[in-house]
Amino acid sequence: MPLLSIVTFLPLVGAAFIFLARGPEEIVARNARSVALWTTTITFLVSLLIWLNFDNSTAAFQFVEKVDWIGAGINYHMGVDGISMLFVILTTFLMPFCILASWESIETRVKEYMIAFLVMETLMIGVFCALDLVLFYLMFEAGLIPMFLIIGIWGGKRRIYASFKFFLYTLLGSVLLLLALLYMYFIAGTTDIPSLMKTGLFSAQAQTWLWLAFFASFAVKMPMWPVHTWLPDAHVEAPTAGSVILAAVLLKMGGYGFLRFSLPMFPIASEYFAPFVFTLSVIAIVYASLVALVQEDMKKLIAYSSVAHMGFVTMGIFALNTQGVEGAIFQMLSHGIVSGALFLCVGVVYDRLHTREIARYGGLASNMPKYAAVFMLFTMANVGLPGTGGFVGELLTLVGAFQANTWVALIATSGVILAAAYALYLYRRIVFGELTKADLKAMVDLSPREIAIFAPLVIMTLWMGIYPAPFFDVMAASVKHLLDQHQTALAAAKAIATAAR
Amino acid sequence: MTMYHLIVFLPLLAAIVAGLFGRRLGDAASMAVTCVAVIISAILSWVAFYLVISKGMVVTVKVLDWIDSGSFSVDWALKIDQLTAVMLVVVNTVSAVVHVYSVGYMSHDPHRPRFFAYLSLFTFAMLMLITADNFVQLYMGWEGVGLASYLLIGFWYHKPTANAAAIKAFVVNRVGDFGFALGIMALFLATNSVSFDAVFGAAPALAGKTFHFLWKDWDILTVATFLLFLGAMGKSAQLGLHTWLPDAMEGPTPVSALIHAATMVTAGVFMVARCSPLFEYAPDTLAFVTVIGASTAFFAATVGLAQNDIKRVIAYSTCSQLGYMFFALGVSAYPAAIFHLFTHAFFKALLFLGAGSVIHAVDGEQDMRRMGGLWKHIKVTYVMMWIGSLALAGFPIFAGYYSKDMILEVAYAAGGVGQYAYIMGMAAAILTAFYSWRLIFMTFHGKPRADHHVMEHVHESPMIMLAPLAVLAVGAVFAGIAFHDGFIGHHWKDFWGSSILILENHKAMDEAHSVPFLVKVGPIIVGIIGIFVAWIAYIRDTSLPHRAAAQQPLLYQFLLNKWYFDELYDRIFVRPAFWIGRVLWKGGDGKIIDGLGPDGFAATVVRLARRASILQSGYVYHYAFAMLIGVAALVTYFFSAMGH
Repeated sequence: MPLLSIVTFLPLVGAAFIFLARGPEEIVARNARSVALWTTTITFLVSLLIWLNFDNSTAAFQFVEKVDWIGAGINYHMGVDGISMLFVILTTFLMPFCILASWESIETRVKEYMIAFLVMETLMIGVFCALDLVLFYLMFEAGLIPMFLIIGIWGGKRRIYASFKFFLYTLLGSVLLLLALLYMYFIAGTTDIPSLMKTGLFSAQAQTWLWLAFFASFAVKMPMWPVHTWLPDAHVEAPTAGSVILAAVLLKMGGYGFLRFSLPMFPIASEYFAPFVFTLSVIAIVYASLVALVQEDMKKLIAYSSVAHMGFVTMGIFALNTQGVEGAIFQMLSHGIVSGALFLCVGVVYDRLHTREIARYGGLASNMPKYAAVFMLFTMANVGLPGTGGFVGELLTLVGAFQANTWVALIATSGVILAAAYALYLYRRIVFGELTKADLKAMVDLSPREIAIFAPLVIMTLWMGIYPAPFFDVMAASVKHLLDQHQTALAAAKAIATAAR
Repeated sequence: MTMYHLIVFLPLLAAIVAGLFGRRLGDAASMAVTCVAVIISAILSWVAFYLVISKGMVVTVKVLDWIDSGSFSVDWALKIDQLTAVMLVVVNTVSAVVHVYSVGYMSHDPHRPRFFAYLSLFTFAMLMLITADNFVQLYMGWEGVGLASYLLIGFWYHKPTANAAAIKAFVVNRVGDFGFALGIMALFLATNSVSFDAVFGAAPALAGKTFHFLWKDWDILTVATFLLFLGAMGKSAQLGLHTWLPDAMEGPTPVSALIHAATMVTAGVFMVARCSPLFEYAPDTLAFVTVIGASTAFFAATVGLAQNDIKRVIAYSTCSQLGYMFFALGVSAYPAAIFHLFTHAFFKALLFLGAGSVIHAVDGEQDMRRMGGLWKHIKVTYVMMWIGSLALAGFPIFAGYYSKDMILEVAYAAGGVGQYAYIMGMAAAILTAFYSWRLIFMTFHGKPRADHHVMEHVHESPMIMLAPLAVLAVGAVFAGIAFHDGFIGHHWKDFWGSSILILENHKAMDEAHSVPFLVKVGPIIVGIIGIFVAWIAYIRDTSLPHRAAAQQPLLYQFLLNKWYFDELYDRIFVRPAFWIGRVLWKGGDGKIIDGLGPDGFAATVVRLARRASILQSGYVYHYAFAMLIGVAALVTYFFSAMGH
């Protein structure tokens, strides 16, 4: 059974149903909502089969499907390993909540909105499953289009500016990625990812250029400093569910890209550029945290906090050791849950008061105690409190970085202090204080629908903090293989260099 | 499941029940659940104490896998040895007493389920901290108590001062944790493990080894222990990272007694004692610990002289007493430090809860300048405060006599930096006696300075608050007599077993018993002097303090403003952080990155386009979108063309 293809294209089937629906607008909207919810829920349940049948003991790709597609070594090639599998689950897990979060807040063009989300889900899953460069590239780039539309059509006041900026940055990356891809095809004669992962295909010099081209694309997606400025604008303008997907899944594509391509295919260049990545990472951590401290808009603050957290991820990946890489993967997963949940928390109050300005709020603990509790939990997870998912990844990336470079760990750890400052300061201004404004007093606590959204996220956050072992079991073999390969490649390169001398 | 599971997880269970279902269960049920759970934990802790100390039943119980990443492997586990047993008794006893007391103290508060849930959550986190068998779980408990502290300081969330104090406590603690986390990483790098047994086992071999950083070679263990100690400085409010503790008094008084006097703030002391197998091989760090501890003991006592808020006086007293514990640790007298931690928990909790009883009596007033003459109205509380103060000042028979004198003796016996600690400790002892009786005299004696409305309503606290005071008073009187022989007597090595390591050449513990007679009676003499001066200044000649303050305005202001630490930190850390943030945001992101990047690009495109007037619809994103689709189509075409 082609499980991966089923999971990937199930949302597209749902989208087709919605697309074909005809009738009065209101009924179409209602049907679109329920079809989308059902589709995403079923997709999630089916995707769990992948995890259930996943063999933790091997680093090889599993559930492989390979069909001749365009020819000349370009195939429809799908498969997952311990690095990519959990991202597929993350995506399918979050989608139903995105649909639920849009239930009432999206009132116009509901049909198109749901189609955009379902198409995006297909493309996102495709990115993590693709084992062919061309397939990956198509999914990777096409995935931007629905997000682009979601921001541009259902976004806030400055949506045009935001989507333009979003596009401009990613275009820069994708053009370079495309060029690199073509070059690789010419050299290696294949776009098959597992084949390209075999070491020694590219010379050290070629690796340098290819690495930079891939980096341009992935760095924008992460986003890394200084190409991060699209993110705060995109988040601010995107509707809540768009922000959730953006933070939870789209940002992870960059990190995934580093792990899937840069590290295994260009090991020498990865080693060479590690200090460069470290530098950008620690700048991102400190810089973004300081900027987050002075934000006046809730979503912008969380967006900057995402930039800082992604700094930990890139730092961990390029620490090039077990703790660093596993920590980075875990950090991406937990950040997916936590930042998604934080944007949902913003959405809750935005739906009631239609402003994201922090100063407009205050004292919500009095009339929204459930909300206060949920928001507190995710704030603490964002701060990296042990016992929540946020802690494990952060600690491991730091442990990894410490082994690679003491300085990097030293500066990055200071981000832990700043994170506490900006996150608690935000929480204080929204939730604590005297409840004085009349419109705030009228706000009601979480509805059953909202509780249904938050409850699974709360459980996931605590689970990842208390018993993360199942996640590490999944990734252990693949990460070990990745790092062993990396060491072999470096040793080989060194041997050649010595022989040449 | 063992008894230890019950001890640790009962409070958690109670916290979850009261926290999630408190509204539905009602106040009474929430209070009952949490109190009963913690009382059971407390009783079982004494059983555990007996089993471990008398029967030597030292165990480690694994609970669950936690993090397993390559060689970085950590479990949730409960390590029960002598040190943990002592801490279990302290934490759970004080916690149980405070839970019961809070039933009375918080009786008018509308958010009692939440309060009791937080208290029990705190207890759980503290138990995780002291039962850790590895550094990561220790860190988890460490941050967990920080969270509970944050929540409880900010319990009255509508008060801006409480919110500010809560954030300050968390962030300042994070500064210490920054060091703590780096220390853990350094130890992992050096030993490839984070479990206590493995790291401690590797310590002797690591002694003297160095690593290169910046311009020189550093001793690994010195650096690692120094970093760990930074964490202890934050959590235990030592000089430099102490600023959060006085502000933390914004929380309800039972919280101050439990968290900010008896248990959480002593976590740093516990941690250093737990890591004695590391600190013993890092003499430079030990010297640093001694100096910081001694300086804190003195500094906090001086500030205590000039404070007018009854809780802040006791808070500075706590800070000062923690300093005593640290310099005892610094001279390798870990048992003496832990013994003082043990006795201090009782008498300091007694003082805080007594102060709470006073505040309760005068309708929430905390300023001692508006008290006075209360003793006739609240006699039981008055007696309790005397007992607590006598224990604190170290009068014979009372608990503090055994522990504090021992600390001064070990400092004297240690020599070297110990001498500095001894002098600071003696100076602080005079000041301690002075401010303690200043507190008693200002609060209970003289003419009432509260207005007659308040005075009419002054009343003794209910039994549910007085009974816990009585329990603590028993501890404050007898904890010293009953336990000093075990904790620090001639057979202290048998008592502590292998839970504490002291190298052969660190002899302070053994030589403490043979210090000169004058050193032994010194603390009592200076204590009496301190009380006498307080009597002169606040009973006999009440204008004396004003005259002294007027005569030395600079000194008085310096003390009143707590040596200006807050102002200094505000200038050099807080404001610059916000300023830099703003500059980076508006300047870095706005002007430079966006200005040169997308905005500049867009402006150029638009300018060129206007000139060519090819932009028809004006929606830039239409074009951008078209380009994106174009790129995708191009690629597809290109590859399919190549494929055939």
